[in-house]
Amino acid sequence: MATTQDQTYHEEGTLTHDMHEEEHHHGNFITTYIFSTDHKMISKQYLLTGIIWAFIGGLLSILFRLQLGFPEMDMTFLKPLLGKWITDTGTLDPNFYLALVTMHGTIMVFFVLTAGLSGTFSNFLIPLQIGARDMASPFLNMLSYWFFFLASVIMFASLFLESGPAAGGWVIYPPLSALPQAIPGSESGMTFWLVSMALFIASQLMAGINYITTVINMRTLGMSFSRLPLTIWALFLTAVIGLLSFPVLFAAALLLIFDRSFGTSFYLSEIYINGEALPNIGGSPILFQHLFWFLGHPEVYIVLLPALGITSEIIATNSRKPIFGYRAMVGSLLGITILSFVVWAHHMFVSGLNPFLGSIFMFLTLIIAVPSAVKVFNYLTTLWKGNIVFTPAMLFSIGLVSVFISGGITGIFLGNSAIDIQLHDTYFVVAHFHLVMGSASFFGLMAGVYHWFPKMFGRMMDKQLGYIHFWATFIGVYAVFFPMHYIGIDGFPRRYYSFSTFDSFNTFADLNMYISIAAIITFTAQAIFAFNFFYSMFRGRLAPANPWKSNTLEWTTPRHPGHGNWPGEIPSVYRWPYDYSKPHAKDDFIPQHIPFSETPESNLPHENNLIGIEQEGEETSKVDEPNAK
Amino acid sequence: MATTTTTTSTREQEEAKNRNIWSGGVSPLKASYGKLMMWFFLLSDAFTFSSLLVSYGLIRYAYPAYEGDIDNFTFSQDYWPVPEKVYEAVPFLHGVELPLVFVGIMTFILILSSVTMVLAVEAGHRMDRKSVVKWMLWTIVGGVTFLSCQAWEWSHFIHGTEQGGLMSDGTIFYGANLMMNQYGPPLFADLFFFITGFHGFHVFSGVILNIIIFYQAAVGVFERRGHYEMVEKVGLYWHFVDLVWVFVFTFFYLI
Repeated sequence: MATTQDQTYHEEGTLTHDMHEEEHHHGNFITTYIFSTDHKMISKQYLLTGIIWAFIGGLLSILFRLQLGFPEMDMTFLKPLLGKWITDTGTLDPNFYLALVTMHGTIMVFFVLTAGLSGTFSNFLIPLQIGARDMASPFLNMLSYWFFFLASVIMFASLFLESGPAAGGWVIYPPLSALPQAIPGSESGMTFWLVSMALFIASQLMAGINYITTVINMRTLGMSFSRLPLTIWALFLTAVIGLLSFPVLFAAALLLIFDRSFGTSFYLSEIYINGEALPNIGGSPILFQHLFWFLGHPEVYIVLLPALGITSEIIATNSRKPIFGYRAMVGSLLGITILSFVVWAHHMFVSGLNPFLGSIFMFLTLIIAVPSAVKVFNYLTTLWKGNIVFTPAMLFSIGLVSVFISGGITGIFLGNSAIDIQLHDTYFVVAHFHLVMGSASFFGLMAGVYHWFPKMFGRMMDKQLGYIHFWATFIGVYAVFFPMHYIGIDGFPRRYYSFSTFDSFNTFADLNMYISIAAIITFTAQAIFAFNFFYSMFRGRLAPANPWKSNTLEWTTPRHPGHGNWPGEIPSVYRWPYDYSKPHAKDDFIPQHIPFSETPESNLPHENNLIGIEQEGEETSKVDEPNAK
Repeated sequence: MATTTTTTSTREQEEAKNRNIWSGGVSPLKASYGKLMMWFFLLSDAFTFSSLLVSYGLIRYAYPAYEGDIDNFTFSQDYWPVPEKVYEAVPFLHGVELPLVFVGIMTFILILSSVTMVLAVEAGHRMDRKSVVKWMLWTIVGGVTFLSCQAWEWSHFIHGTEQGGLMSDGTIFYGANLMMNQYGPPLFADLFFFITGFHGFHVFSGVILNIIIFYQAAVGVFERRGHYEMVEKVGLYWHFVDLVWVFVFTFFYLI
């Protein structure tokens, strides 16, 4: 099949407004699967790496949930896996507990939900949905994946260090992270963490400039910004956020590297440790917190926006209705993007921040509820009276809306600086962000995989297994995270090794055991997904050209698109991507590349006027070639 | 705006033009993808430098400034030094107090190299290979001179003055490193080394890029390609590095 397409491709490979069409070549194994410059292969590389990381990150969380749920448990059976981190009495080493928490956070936030989610879907969907042959710079795109891969290798290697991986929390606050003598995790583990993150940031930068440039420069004829699918809007703005916030973490990490290794005192001042006074004076750990959260808060939206974009697309497709309030959806994405940069200090209400400044950040934080609510209401009104098709992807999208609401509401609590003083650093916060950012983004990722799997691999995933996976995960995340609100309101701090040393928390022993059991079941249920994913890749039912009857351009490509995506000319775009169930139309969907002149029965009056212009546009475009390349 | 009809028709024409630019199939910003990428990279890099300069500001204002007569100024660990008293040396003029003269020369050289870069880009538009090569060479010379000046400045800063400075423990220390500093609080030296070093590394990378471009222009790569856009892209980077120096200069030497 592939060969026939390639032949057609070469025969008809006389295309105009694009420069990558001639780059298609018959590669060997290495250029096809490893050092590939094809955005579709790179996206699969990101996805596979992300899935592997998700299982590692999940496993780490199960290890510390064992400690929290069963504090008296004999963990000798884990000795083959964890070695000296299980003490002779069969308990988990407290230092390793901290390392587990840190690495779970780092892996999930950066490697799974940033690289695995936006890396996969930006690469896959941007060229396919805007109608481009590939990314603006396929080479830089490949380089971006391999920097991420290198970062992954270093982070993974740090798990096996003698002194253990980084253990200062995923936020790596100095002085804890800056002083190797503070905890074992701040020795070489922290150095590995910082080097890995520096490479990761470089990878994000290369990816980001590529995504933004591709969306601006490479849209096919007719694909104006107001006709972009909401996935592309979300991925575009995600790239913008990453481009502007990651460099700040880069600066913060460089300064921390200097504090750790070269004796500077940017973050250190007047510290006594082990009875010894350190020479450092004048630095400020609060400075690090500001720099970190200037990335850290936008990072929340870097992981969330792609999930919201994917959900918009899937909910509209599977409700067989236009998305409700397209412009409001774009506006709320823009609003979230801008607001994400001006709320970072709400993570620092108890750091000694001026209460007046706190109230300003509180105000700005609470404003985010507005665009978030706009999105939720638009999802619900899109679903309202729709012809809903409950595919696994649709279920995960509806699941996203659910966890986004329940996690978002606790965000309003936490955004209030007065309430935050009580709830700060408790399990309430853990429950909040695991629902609104962790689970919501994870559901978006799963929805995306189930929805675009047919385009990625040309085969369908098994529906029944998808349903089982969804319900196990959906019930699972609520079973795990909902009870944490109670523990948090009661005041139990996060990151503590043991509950049982405080009498007042003993009442929660049962609840903690329940959470741990639920976590183990939920984690195990992901094996269903892994099986379904890999089995369907080779043995799944062959996918039809447009399995979900969707409007976007990627479904106009062949079942196995070659490098260059369309065998012939790139289709032009004549309408927005949400013409579902249009009155009087023949089908309940009209793809973006169908001109209005072909659908006279369903056109609205102003669309009939566009018929002339769309033909004119084609003519002018051929004359009006840009002088710049 | 002579008559209503002309206004309407102009607006219609403009609308049609706008629709064409942003409705896909063309590069709406009239720039190639490579040039856009360079712009976005610079935007990102600007945020890195901004965070470093904000950090400088925060630490600088956590320290008291020197209060009193400027003539009686001495180096002390207790307050931030006055820049004119720190940067007053010029090579071959030992013992002469010339506040900010040397760094002024450095800055002038760097800005001059931006001018030669503009001339190289302009020659590229004319497809004038000989001029591109000439002006690229001058730009490289400017960059290398700036880096050499910075090396001297660092070396002078590290070795210190003959009087040295009084440390908190009563000893005299000469020069500066990342832990001790005769001119004032250690963080003054930390920030100086880090930020000017980070900028110097950018200049160094720029010189390497310029050398590559110079070589490619000289052997006629761009002439065969039909355009000198690479000169423009590297030029953007070079101007950015210059612009950042203006801010670094302001923060360290003027404020």
